[in-house]
Amino acid sequence: MGALKEKIIRVMEEPACPTNQGKSDKERKKGCGKQLTPGAAAGGCAFDGAKIALQPIVDVAHLVHGPIACEGNAWDNRHAASSGPKLYRTGFTTDIGELDVIYGAEKRLFKAIREIIEKYDPPAVFVYQTCVTALIGDDIEVVCKRAAEKFGKPVIPVNAPGFAGSKNLGNKLGGEALLDYVIGTEEPEFTTPCDINIYGEYNLAGELWQVTPLLEHLGIRILANISGDARYHDVACAHRARIGMMVCSRALVNLARKMEERYAIPWFEGSFYGIGDTSESLRKIAQMLVERGAPADLPARTGALIAREEARAWARLEPYKQRLQGKRVLLFTGGVKSWSVVSALQEVGMVITGTSTKKSTAEDKTRIKEIMGDDAHMFDELPPREMYRILKDAQADIMLSGGRSQFVALKAKTPWLDINQERHHAYAGYEGMVELVKQIDKAIYNPIWEQVRRSAPWELNGEE
Amino acid sequence: MATVTTSKKACAVNPLKMSQPIGAALAFLGLDKCMPLLHGSQGCTAFGLVLFVRHFRETIPLQTTAMNEVTTILGGMDNIEQAIVNIYNRAQPDIIGICSTGLTETKGDDVDGFLKLIRRKHPELADTALVYVPTPDYLGAFQDGWAKAVTAMVETVCEPAPKTCWQVNILPGCHLSVADIEELREIVESFGLLPIVAPDLSGSLDGHIPETFLPTTLGGTKVSQIKQMGGSAMTLAIGEQMRPAAEALEAKTGVPYRLFDRLTGLAANDALLDFLSELSGTPVPTKYRRQRSQLVDAMLDGHFFFGGKKVAVGAEPDLLWQIGSWLAEMGCEIEAAVTTTHSPLLEKMPAAEVLIGDLEDLENRAAGCDLLVTHSHGRQAAARLDIPFVRMGLPLFDRLGAAHKLSIGYRGTRDLVFEIGNLFIDHLPEHHPDSWPLTREPAGERHAQADTCH
Repeated sequence: MGALKEKIIRVMEEPACPTNQGKSDKERKKGCGKQLTPGAAAGGCAFDGAKIALQPIVDVAHLVHGPIACEGNAWDNRHAASSGPKLYRTGFTTDIGELDVIYGAEKRLFKAIREIIEKYDPPAVFVYQTCVTALIGDDIEVVCKRAAEKFGKPVIPVNAPGFAGSKNLGNKLGGEALLDYVIGTEEPEFTTPCDINIYGEYNLAGELWQVTPLLEHLGIRILANISGDARYHDVACAHRARIGMMVCSRALVNLARKMEERYAIPWFEGSFYGIGDTSESLRKIAQMLVERGAPADLPARTGALIAREEARAWARLEPYKQRLQGKRVLLFTGGVKSWSVVSALQEVGMVITGTSTKKSTAEDKTRIKEIMGDDAHMFDELPPREMYRILKDAQADIMLSGGRSQFVALKAKTPWLDINQERHHAYAGYEGMVELVKQIDKAIYNPIWEQVRRSAPWELNGEE
Repeated sequence: MATVTTSKKACAVNPLKMSQPIGAALAFLGLDKCMPLLHGSQGCTAFGLVLFVRHFRETIPLQTTAMNEVTTILGGMDNIEQAIVNIYNRAQPDIIGICSTGLTETKGDDVDGFLKLIRRKHPELADTALVYVPTPDYLGAFQDGWAKAVTAMVETVCEPAPKTCWQVNILPGCHLSVADIEELREIVESFGLLPIVAPDLSGSLDGHIPETFLPTTLGGTKVSQIKQMGGSAMTLAIGEQMRPAAEALEAKTGVPYRLFDRLTGLAANDALLDFLSELSGTPVPTKYRRQRSQLVDAMLDGHFFFGGKKVAVGAEPDLLWQIGSWLAEMGCEIEAAVTTTHSPLLEKMPAAEVLIGDLEDLENRAAGCDLLVTHSHGRQAAARLDIPFVRMGLPLFDRLGAAHKLSIGYRGTRDLVFEIGNLFIDHLPEHHPDSWPLTREPAGERHAQADTCH
């Protein structure tokens, strides 16, 4: 546990994290995990976070070392898509029992790794530590090392037990596991001057594939996408990329920074949500690649592609402008994604009446103000009861949020769209933004709203 | 009669089982104005919450004591106290159901002791029922957690009371859906009896549109109703898992119980209605005589398609018993039966073997079967095996109306005959000119024949 503690402290002091940059040395030392309030907390644990970050590596076996809860209650619950191998969707767990708790479960873990390798022969096994096995002192690093030697296969310990902290911390500890054990251990068959890494893209609902055609058209190769639709070999070769792009609310900011520190791979933070942000990210990739030796005409070709694709996207959005003009959106999602989509929604004439800033940095908040003006409400915290009241009072025509608040909107008989990780639709790139607007239109104009809002004929009040 | 075996694997692959604490939490979700509280790390709650949200498509009140490494080692007294006080201040629940987890059980927190101290320190909580149930993740399964929670409710809240001859208790197992509970209540009421159902998911998680939005459960069994259960004439326990709760209730209040180990199938429902008729002194209502007749007709129409079919079932013991026994009664062969935890019913299963194992075991045994029955996690196996798949149990996250799937009573059984029978019809084998090739004769015989032709 000593090593884990040190690692957590290092991760929490991450210098590339903008929140940390705004803190004094003393504040930074305290760490970034907000103290949770018992009885009033929500959200996943560090183990959950590590699994979110790494499970999208599709060809490896993800083995959860712990009691049944950690895997049994939670497996196969996300929509990170694969273009090939499906092994990542198989749930593996040591499902430890009482005797394991008493005598230790390291032997069971070792046997479990053997069984997986014998039956499924994956390129690697990832082993996830959990609270109970951490508490009883199972040393997964040692077991993984022995198993790797014995079976001649990478066995990667992911030391992020749930009680170490939040989901966000777990994302970062997942990144650390890749840095410590995976990246730099294999070599690509060939390299090109246009090889890039993407950090923090999980290919939810397959949305990476809304971006790859753009990159392929420009001759840019994603050497390693960490981690959506990734193969173990890709990740192991990530140290040969020319540049890196970090997406998704800085979940893997430590990975991005250390890839630069260790392998001199420069990186930037970008987003593929929103038309403007997609274009800006493509331009940045082109510019950075040229600096690292890519063909000089890349920026010009990128510019041409952007012009063509933007025009096409706006033309496809045109029919929605009239229908969505003045419609009010309540936007509830974590951090960066909020302002990534705001401009596109505004472009089709929608009005953002409020947004959450719970996970946003000071910088994010300034930017939200710039984009939306002072009229927009920013909520740090909005209890469901209050959210329900706002929607019930018809202060919004649609709410965009994660699954957690879905039923607040629906019970208030307000259109709702999922924009978090459980969603089934892909919203990345130009294609994705058109899809998002299409889905919003579909939600708002569904004929059920008028029907469900009408009271039963025998109820006196008539319209609610 | 079946041989019960336990998987010897070190690694469970594609778990069928879920853990005790969330089974217990679901039981508490069937009580009105309740807040279930998992004593563990915040992830324990988050995973359970997501699971129930996906199954019920409802907001799920579920809180956490948010233990971290340090508080775990020092003991969770402060966290439990803070959690209860915070929940009380924010939500004013009538009842808080506290379930321990693997983490806090490994440490060995004395929660009963903590609660005594908390009661003394916080007189403002006097009207809030606090029910604690120890549910380590590394023991038992979901069904056990549910059963233990109901037993704890009964033991903590019920009181002896003067008997009312028309009042009956219903203790449903966790294998009953919202629709099943509604059906059962309707059946019991039709005999002029007044049922108290606990826990009652049909009040809280039936998908109704509430007038307001509260942080606790909305609907379900009221604490005051649980208190009154001591005044019932009889307890109906549904599922073997409910025996301990029914026994606890009897021990505490003297209310006798009758256990129905399943309510799918003709004979099972005959037994229920006959019992209710005798208990109430009322003849079986015409409505159910009609429904019985419909079920008999459905069985006659449907048996052609069920007979001889090989079926693989993966479910918790009580559901496995309910659905497996009924499929066998329809003429199916239970080729594979996989379950999650021990139960006295397992060795009575009409199968050669019942395995306490996972969905990998079920998939391996289901090759060549005509039907796979398990919860939604079986979808990958069904696709790989390319056999018809009926989703049953919890979670059903890729289907609408999971809560409203009815499979008990004459009516529920009748609809199951149709649902599964139709699946078999969809997969009736098609025949081709070469479907019936002549078997090859042994080589020597053919030679002899050739000789005679000469």
